[in-house]
Amino acid sequence: MSARVHLDHDHVRHLLRQMIRIRHFESKCVELYQAQKILGFLHLYDGEEAVSVGVMEALRPEDAIVATYREHGQAIARGIAMDVLMAEMLGKQEGCCRGRGGSMHIFDRKTRFYGGNAIVGGGLPLSVGVALGDKMQGRPAVTACFFGDGAVDEGEFHESMNLAAVWRLPVLFVCENNLYAMGMALERAEAQTDIVSKAAGYRMPGVAVDGMDVVAVEGAARNAVEQIRAGGGPQFLECRTYRFRAHSMFDAQQYRSKEEIETWRKKGPIVRFQGWLVTNGLIREDEVHRIEAEAEAEIKEAVAFAEAGTLEPVEELERFVTMDAVPA
Amino acid sequence: MSASVNPTPGPITYREACRQGLRDALLNDPKTFLMGEDIGRYGGCYAVTKGLLDEFGEERVRDTPLSESAYVGAGIGAALTGMRPIVEIMTVNFSLLALDQIVNNAATIPHMSGGQFAVPLVIRIATGGGRRVAAQHSHSLEGWYAHIPGLRILAPAVLEDARFMLAAALADPNPVLIFEHVMLYNVEGELDPAVIGVDIDRAKVRREGSDVSVIAYGNGLFKALAAAETLAADEISSEVVDLRVLRPLDTATILASVAKTRRCVIVDEGWKSGSLAAEIGMRIVEQAFFDLDAPLRRVCGREVPMPYAAHLEDAALPQAADIVAAARGLVHPA
Repeated sequence: MSARVHLDHDHVRHLLRQMIRIRHFESKCVELYQAQKILGFLHLYDGEEAVSVGVMEALRPEDAIVATYREHGQAIARGIAMDVLMAEMLGKQEGCCRGRGGSMHIFDRKTRFYGGNAIVGGGLPLSVGVALGDKMQGRPAVTACFFGDGAVDEGEFHESMNLAAVWRLPVLFVCENNLYAMGMALERAEAQTDIVSKAAGYRMPGVAVDGMDVVAVEGAARNAVEQIRAGGGPQFLECRTYRFRAHSMFDAQQYRSKEEIETWRKKGPIVRFQGWLVTNGLIREDEVHRIEAEAEAEIKEAVAFAEAGTLEPVEELERFVTMDAVPA
Repeated sequence: MSASVNPTPGPITYREACRQGLRDALLNDPKTFLMGEDIGRYGGCYAVTKGLLDEFGEERVRDTPLSESAYVGAGIGAALTGMRPIVEIMTVNFSLLALDQIVNNAATIPHMSGGQFAVPLVIRIATGGGRRVAAQHSHSLEGWYAHIPGLRILAPAVLEDARFMLAAALADPNPVLIFEHVMLYNVEGELDPAVIGVDIDRAKVRREGSDVSVIAYGNGLFKALAAAETLAADEISSEVVDLRVLRPLDTATILASVAKTRRCVIVDEGWKSGSLAAEIGMRIVEQAFFDLDAPLRRVCGREVPMPYAAHLEDAALPQAADIVAAARGLVHPA
């Protein structure tokens, strides 16, 4: 555990609460998917919560996020309200993207959340540009770009890492290495499976961290972001994690064993952090139950908000295909 | 807007007109910057950006690595933060390496985000054949881009459009792709001093006529105008419409011309199957079928990868003689 993270009661409670909120939100999403209220693809973050929660702790409101299609956790950890998220999942116009984006395309202007990118690797060039634009306008912002181990296979990874490094842009590249690109195992896809070592090819400082340990992630992210803010150029953070559930809702998981999943589950970010906190007297069991109850209440309200939401009139189908003005 | 007139009266090239447009943009708005391969020290592969690095510096005239996807994507990202990037892609064939960013990001983000974000990005792309550089530098793929909702597609042919379309494109809050035909960069002429801007919603009738409409854009415009001269000697009066806006199509100007001439030839350097010419033809059929006195005719690129050998490349491209033959066939059917 990093010495840089102050593990006072409020902070550890906050970290645990954020992970529980994400986990419970997604459990509800599964129910709503099975009830056919959420349609299309639904990619769950179950098992990876420590990554988003840890990284977001290092960021400020003026910073920017570029996320993946498995981004419910990133969105919630960033502070996007559950009600507009859930409304988006249900395709309602009260959703953060009026129901146009859905699960894979969460955008939020207020929190500088630039998607929800469902082309693997496609968000990396975007993050380079967001960082470039901020830098050229003298904004002291960092762009955190989340992507998976599958994105490392894409050409955009190389192009974007290189361009960000050549121009010394304030990007934190966060690789959520969950060992599988959909069903493609890392060792079958990459000649060099030690992903963090690739950063050296761009002369970019990089660190690999236990992505199941929220405090370790937060500590590593804080270190990296501090160096970026000091003008050191981009940084690379590999978070070694695991996806407990299927890739999406259409996945028989023939590419990995039940034993493997069970082994990882025991190392889960919530069970492990919660257990450690309770054992060490940093939080009490009843407090955990209260956090869970609060999360459930928040989700219930979000679902009610989403269910009560309205459908965008079909007459507005073509609205925003082109914009009349750049939003202020 | 400042300095928006040609500082040195007299003939200028299309290349210089483009360059002056870029220089204006950099002078007028500190949020604009240029980004692309060899646009700085090298001066641009077609020398359009020559001298701009010295005048504006490396921060605003950015040489990029050979990473079309990354720097086009970076243009999109920078546009999302409020910058006004002008990205250059050496040739339309290379733009395919950035197709994901253009189609999946630039064109979708405004709609997909529910209108939270605009992408005010300009991408300049050299296009077209005729320079004997064969099948990986010579195609006309602008028609593909014209298929994509969310993009505006421009094709300046005349000097005034080369000079002033960029300013109009930068005023558009949406991604705009400007296709500059490689055979036009050396074309020289006088800028019309009366023109200080371009309406990028409208096509433009470049020659009035009464017997047949010839719809063309880019380098095809000049072939159409040459054909019109030949046809005039045969007492066939051609109306030449410079499409210049490939998306959204100015259907009204096309239909007005066809209603007048009742015959139409569409010129398109792109391959005929699934072409922009097909779209224009279909709009005429849908909306002006009963105005027509003759079938539609298309003069398009031959359906081959562009060959290197000069005689083969010439045969693969639409030529003025092909346009003359098509128009004659409509006015005086055999």
